[in-house]
Amino acid sequence: MTAATDTTHTNDHHDDEHHEHHIPPGIKRWLYTTNHKDIGTLYLWFAFIMFLTGGAMAMVIRAELFQPGLQIIEPNFFNQMTTVHGLIMVFGAVMPAFTGLANWLIPMMIGAPDMALPRMNNWSFWILPFAFLILLSSLFMEGGGPAFGWTFYAPLSTTYSSDGTALFVFAVHIMGASSIMGAINVIVTIFNMRAPGMTWMKMPLFVWTWLITAFLLIAVMPVLAGAVTMVLTDKFFGTSFFDAAGGGDPVMFQHIFWFFGHPEVYIMILPAFGIISAIVPTFARKRLFGYASMVYATASIALLSFIVWAHHMFTTGMPVAAELFFMFATMLISVPTGVKIFNWVATMWRGSMTFEVPMLFAIAFIVLFTIGGLSGLMLAIVPVDFQYHDTYFVVAHFHYVLVTGAIFSIMAAVYYWLPKWTGKMFHIGLAKWHFWCSLVSVNVLFFPMHFVGLAGMPRRIPDYALQFADFNKWISIGGFAFGLSQFIFLALLIKACKKQGEPVSSQVWEGAEGLEWEIPSPAPYHSFETPPVIK
Amino acid sequence: MSEKEYEKYYVPAESPWPFMGAVALFLMAVGAGNFVIESTRDKEGYGAYILGAGFLVLIVMLVGWFRNQIHESMSGMYSAQLGRSYRQGMSWFIFSEVMFFGAFFGALFYARFISVPWLGGASNNDMTGEVLWPAFEAIWPLVVTPGGTTTEAMPWTGLPLINTVLLLTSSVTCHYAHVALEQNNRGKLKLMLGLTVLLGAIFMVMQVEEYIHAYTEMNLTLQSGVYGNTFFLLTGFHGFHVTLGAIILFIMLLRIFKGHFTPDNHFAFMAASWYWHFVDVVWVILFAVVYIF
Repeated sequence: MTAATDTTHTNDHHDDEHHEHHIPPGIKRWLYTTNHKDIGTLYLWFAFIMFLTGGAMAMVIRAELFQPGLQIIEPNFFNQMTTVHGLIMVFGAVMPAFTGLANWLIPMMIGAPDMALPRMNNWSFWILPFAFLILLSSLFMEGGGPAFGWTFYAPLSTTYSSDGTALFVFAVHIMGASSIMGAINVIVTIFNMRAPGMTWMKMPLFVWTWLITAFLLIAVMPVLAGAVTMVLTDKFFGTSFFDAAGGGDPVMFQHIFWFFGHPEVYIMILPAFGIISAIVPTFARKRLFGYASMVYATASIALLSFIVWAHHMFTTGMPVAAELFFMFATMLISVPTGVKIFNWVATMWRGSMTFEVPMLFAIAFIVLFTIGGLSGLMLAIVPVDFQYHDTYFVVAHFHYVLVTGAIFSIMAAVYYWLPKWTGKMFHIGLAKWHFWCSLVSVNVLFFPMHFVGLAGMPRRIPDYALQFADFNKWISIGGFAFGLSQFIFLALLIKACKKQGEPVSSQVWEGAEGLEWEIPSPAPYHSFETPPVIK
Repeated sequence: MSEKEYEKYYVPAESPWPFMGAVALFLMAVGAGNFVIESTRDKEGYGAYILGAGFLVLIVMLVGWFRNQIHESMSGMYSAQLGRSYRQGMSWFIFSEVMFFGAFFGALFYARFISVPWLGGASNNDMTGEVLWPAFEAIWPLVVTPGGTTTEAMPWTGLPLINTVLLLTSSVTCHYAHVALEQNNRGKLKLMLGLTVLLGAIFMVMQVEEYIHAYTEMNLTLQSGVYGNTFFLLTGFHGFHVTLGAIILFIMLLRIFKGHFTPDNHFAFMAASWYWHFVDVVWVILFAVVYIF
């Protein structure tokens, strides 16, 4: 109730000083905040902590796979590690990091005072730590945590799973609620809070890509909720959605899951496209090549993402017509994606390029994400996929698009906008060390996976045939090095949060354009009390 | 409404309610997870209590949060722009609900048009039919599963038909309540909204009646194979939404008796009525594809 009276006062008497209303001290600021920047910071730190947690699990996996034979952990625990690593990285690291960036940036980029629904924004965030507390604590339950892969295929998640699956199901339910509320907030903010003159085709691409991402989230997170609900009833209440003896079909699970899962993949990459489209023009000192085509390409990718899901299921014995349809639909996605890659390269063409840290990550993104895209094209070919399915080739593919794609773009974004957030330039030396160590190690880590995958090494198995030993040793070394490299990032972030470093101008980067570069650095607690007019 | 070109967008100060809401969902998820395990595996535990506690916290949170909002709205702090935010937010929430039901309708169609015919040998599955369950007959509704569970199909006449009429009528009364509110005809508003809630309540009683009939006389249960699964999950989630919608409309009725809402400021009522119409539309589709066809 005090909050309400506070607000009344602020609004009635201090109309013009509203933005100066006090920031409550201590923990309450973070628990009760309705400020988009505070919530953005919470999301980003949460994502980073989850990134290190999920990363630690990847280290366990790589330690076990350092040598052939069962060395360190039990197979069941290995399965739990691969499962929870995947769930944490998807739902705990990449998605919240993008949401954190959306919170920080969208209101600043469109000239809004805050997100449209600030209290719901807080709710969206605070659900997440609790959801992951449940997920992580299920690892310590009797019978162990989820061990069926992040895709929780039936019957692995129904007949053969531990009872802790019930907690997994409800954790997914509440993180889904969080995502949906967050996405509603983004859409409503963009539809309703743009400053006068900020027409659709003047919006920064990060705003565009997030708008489309938010639509995808609202469309598919409820389907995930449906899928986990059916898993719950199949496992505990005797239904047979995914059991042929009752007229259901385990393949039906895969259809429902991937109807969610494939748009989910684009949820994790479309905001990255927006970030790269912001960074490349700044450091090439040229306008983005083909802005309108970028918007249409993003929308096309999003629409196509709803009709390609069964390319994850080519080996389930679908009728040939379905295999052909999903193969061609999948290949079609490479057209709008190619448009994007072309536009970024064309933007750099004859630009006066400089290579500050955000640009280094952005260029690495363009090259390495393209590698991931090309291996995806290989996987889209049905007869070829019969060979590659469930091998390390697939692991290599999606780690190229998610680690050197999504995560590199997030790092690029953090380096790009961090000076705006803190008002100080980050430690450039550490940042360069972070970039080069990450770049080298991530390729040592994931590139050889292509080879062992093509040679037939299956994924999700704690042991492997002897001929893969040398490659796996190098993969593990790359993995440990990549993991250690992230501590450079941690050190840099701690320094930045302590506000160490050279003060920066409001524009920060010489070539930067956009509303967020017109407000002072550090950005004030409330960015735009009255909307700026965009010419 | 001010004459300024752009009104100030109301950004609320710090609020304890969202965090409390997160705690509530945490307790409910932990409680529900443990309750499911304990109740189906005959174990002792506190799942039900944790779930109940979470539910209580959720109610306290909702009451507190909405009291804040009602206070803010009635003291004129909201602008037309904020009203648009709420309306758009509610529309997208309803869209997410559509997709949730879509998953279960999808499961129904998949079972009916793909998995059951395939189990009978359709498409490229000749050997499935021959080897796995040679006696299985692919028919819908699936009254005999491949595993041999038998049940009866729920006819659409009788109770379900009456329920359809009830719910469609309630959609009409809900609409007239909205019209009455906009014409500031409070008497008609109370009558129409009261009728809507009453029809919703009767629907729920009838639905329970139908479930009892299915369980005791038709051997149609949640375990009756994929026909029973889709039947109970679709009607069950729909019934849950009807209950929620009726409770929300009932709260709107109480607020109307307290004198809340004006002909041009009644977002909460409008959102509740949208939700109600949405629930009705889901029922119409459900009645068609679960019961009739």
